[in-house]
Amino acid sequence: MNSTASLPRVDRRAFVARLIAAVPKALVVTGLGSAAYDVYAAGDRDGNYYLWGAMGGASALGLGLALAQPDRPVVVVTGDGELLMGIGSLGTIGAKRPKNLTVVVLDNGHYGETGMQRSHTSLGVDLVAVARGFGIADAFAIGSLEHADDVARRIDARAATTFVQVFVEANEAPRVLPPRDGAFVRNRFRAALGLKPF
Amino acid sequence: MNTASASALPAWQESIYRAIKRANVRQVAYVPDAGHSHVIHRVIADPEIEDVVLTTEEEGVALACGAWLGGQRAVLLMQSSGVGNCVNMFSLLASGAFPFFALVTMRGEYAEFNPWQAPMGRATPAALELMGIHVLRADAPEAVEDVVGAGLDAAFEAGDRVAVLLGQKLIGRKQWEYTR
Repeated sequence: MNSTASLPRVDRRAFVARLIAAVPKALVVTGLGSAAYDVYAAGDRDGNYYLWGAMGGASALGLGLALAQPDRPVVVVTGDGELLMGIGSLGTIGAKRPKNLTVVVLDNGHYGETGMQRSHTSLGVDLVAVARGFGIADAFAIGSLEHADDVARRIDARAATTFVQVFVEANEAPRVLPPRDGAFVRNRFRAALGLKPF
Repeated sequence: MNTASASALPAWQESIYRAIKRANVRQVAYVPDAGHSHVIHRVIADPEIEDVVLTTEEEGVALACGAWLGGQRAVLLMQSSGVGNCVNMFSLLASGAFPFFALVTMRGEYAEFNPWQAPMGRATPAALELMGIHVLRADAPEAVEDVVGAGLDAAFEAGDRVAVLLGQKLIGRKQWEYTR
């Protein structure tokens, strides 16, 4: 059973656009697939790092970034499938709890990139309970557009490691493809922080 | 755990910590291993270094890339079995051309008591090389500091992807009578 199945769901692209617009200072890491398209569709930014592979790595990458940049809010935007593949990362994050890190999971309950097969969150897995169990006390689920503003305030406040499960509709928005040259995006990201290529 | 006094610890383990400090490494991620335990204790006690205990080694690959995006150098400590856990995540290093440095304590190669360690231990150098990681190796205590320093330079000065294998002979026989 899934106690959260009856919650309202929000359009993923509208939610991400509203959230990203409200946190201009944030550094954003995306998981592969729809989450990357959603963030890119909200407007390309130098402070975005888009993954096109490395499934399961978005949250851990966000942790390393958050520890390195404690004065900047860091937001991981990913999907339920990507998060599940690296679910132990929530435990690693729970053990460090950097106050500037927020993980936003766009949960459509499906593997959208591969033909909309159901994921674990459609089959009874409760990600908020998992996050809390891993030590992230500020973990909650939302499903409406207005909640983006509350999440944005928390991101900007850098007051506690936060986990947000956003129930999104299982629709497929038009694909809007971010750059696939990881080295280019890497150098652009670092340059925006005043860092050299290496 | 064993509570050997600092003076009884092999000097090569302290030399790894020295090399990490000299290279200005600011994050050390690890899945514990007896061979890494001294360095792990040192970094936990070091306020200039973030110590990050991982649930699986591949997290450390992604974490190191995030650290470097944010302007810090990270090192991953793992046992040879962990290399197998990392294989797909290593693609992040190539795709993003990230510098990378790992220290790998070897199992399954010398005075190994546990046959389950052999398959991944023996495949470790080839698995790393298949994924485009340059493999260096130290088997003699006096060689460790220089090899680790060379690997850190290659990673963070030349932007390379490097793993230094710490041979099982360095670590010595595991005392099965006293440990789990």
